[in-house]
Amino acid sequence: MFDKTLAELASGLENGDFSSVELTQAYLDRIHAEDSKYNSYITVTDEIALSQAKAADEARAAGTAGPFTGLPVAQKDIFCTDGVRTSCASKMLDNFIAPYNATVVDKFNNAGAVMLGKTNMDEFAMGSSNESSFYGPSRNPWNTNCVPGGSSGGSAAAVAARLAPAATGTDTGGSIRQPAALCGITGLKPTYGRVSRFGMIAFASSLDQGGPMARTAEDAALMLNVMAGFDPRDSTSMQQAVPDFTADLTLPLKGLTIGLPKEYFPDDLSPAIALQVQNAVKEYEALGAAVKEVSLPNTALAIPAYYIIAPAEASSNLSRFDGVRYGYRCDEPVNLEDLYKRSRGEGFGPEVQRRIMVGTYALSEGFYDAYYKKAQQIRRLIKQDFVSVLNEVDVIMGPTTPHPAFKLGEKSSDPIAMYMEDIFTIALNLAGLPGMSVPCGQTNGLPVGLQIIGNYFAEQKLLNVAHQFQLATDWHKQTPDGI
Amino acid sequence: MALDRTDVEKIAHLARLQIDEQDIPQYTETLSDILDLVNQMQAVDTTNIEPMANSLDAVQRLRADVVTETNSRDKLQGVAPAVEAGLFQVPKVIE
Repeated sequence: MFDKTLAELASGLENGDFSSVELTQAYLDRIHAEDSKYNSYITVTDEIALSQAKAADEARAAGTAGPFTGLPVAQKDIFCTDGVRTSCASKMLDNFIAPYNATVVDKFNNAGAVMLGKTNMDEFAMGSSNESSFYGPSRNPWNTNCVPGGSSGGSAAAVAARLAPAATGTDTGGSIRQPAALCGITGLKPTYGRVSRFGMIAFASSLDQGGPMARTAEDAALMLNVMAGFDPRDSTSMQQAVPDFTADLTLPLKGLTIGLPKEYFPDDLSPAIALQVQNAVKEYEALGAAVKEVSLPNTALAIPAYYIIAPAEASSNLSRFDGVRYGYRCDEPVNLEDLYKRSRGEGFGPEVQRRIMVGTYALSEGFYDAYYKKAQQIRRLIKQDFVSVLNEVDVIMGPTTPHPAFKLGEKSSDPIAMYMEDIFTIALNLAGLPGMSVPCGQTNGLPVGLQIIGNYFAEQKLLNVAHQFQLATDWHKQTPDGI
Repeated sequence: MALDRTDVEKIAHLARLQIDEQDIPQYTETLSDILDLVNQMQAVDTTNIEPMANSLDAVQRLRADVVTETNSRDKLQGVAPAVEAGLFQVPKVIE
């Protein structure tokens, strides 16, 4: 049962092979038995899950079941869940019971899905290793001495360890794609504005985007069918028609043009990663695709621009955590300033504080033009690079990450080294483009991810390109030892 | 670009963050490193490049000025650290 994809589980439910209650109970039992190894969940929501599963079985009996009815998923603990702790993996929100649902959560509820629990992550989604979580790091199921990536590391680890068939993630600079690559699963960051940000705790509002993390492209399409859509409660939600994301999965790839940016294959790229990605590209050629070398000349500027824009927006967004209306409050504040300073100083971890300070500095008097405005100008250059390449090719491919999963502690004392892990993913967030990571090989027993980048709102194309690869290869079917 | 202790103390104050005295040297070093990283931007000529706030250059959507929210004060204040008579409690600010 744990090896089945969402699509297979949906057929099993439809055919009456098992009920949603049976399926849900099996997953809950497995989480309670196994998750101490991976720490992929912050909160397991047994009662809610079983009551949703029961309602799903009743809906099926009544003939009102939809395609997602009764399917279990895990929610990243950044999505507000009414009545359930929503911690963002921070001491600041350790006691925070959300008073409403994120739109994404409402959509899963309306589709009849079952929520297994809330997954671990880097604190406020700031990190690439899950090590900044207040609840301790999640671990990579392929090697528990390694990180699962971040920030959606708990979601990736849970899916890879078969503790959820699929999970939600959010991606501000690679936080869906990088952990998907490191844990050998399939992740999709949609076009900015495709999935509502309402109730998704904000990190960098102009970059944040929720998306699916699953075992296959087909499952990611099923998830996106639930998640996508215009939301009047999100001021940057795009009024864009939502197609059936599964509709184009089976289209052949003959005539597809793939661009390989030379900047995504630098001299210091791990040779094992380069080899696996090149093999994947050969597979695409065998499927009828043509390959073209392209250039994204401003790639190296993506990390510098990101580390102004994201911290600046974070410093503004996180000013709401003041110890007054919700979240952590320090003991016995002597005055209002002491209340603010100690609540924030004690409630936020070091990486969050670092980013708030960088952002505060960049936005402080006299520095705006040199930092935030400059970064926004660079952002346009980066977008223009992609737009001109995507006029010539259908999709862009390259490695998702420069290295496979690294050891816990290996980069945690060196923020810059950690930031560089996102070198291939971060530019997409700046440009607002959709991107996927699909498993395309292994090195020393650790998964390697292929990144596929498409044009604005071309998620269907990405899912088609990923699905055809998964029909021809079995990297997405590999399971960590002992699972 | 090197920050010094005074810069870090000033930034922490602007951000309303109480940081430990003993952590200041490390913050000074890492924040300086991060600023060195981001200063790579300064080498690029961006004259006449329009800053981009939204990747699709979307503009702020407006809505009709009508009340759509229902009163959920009790529920929202249910998660507040200190509330009295429907008000958030803070230390005395006016003598």
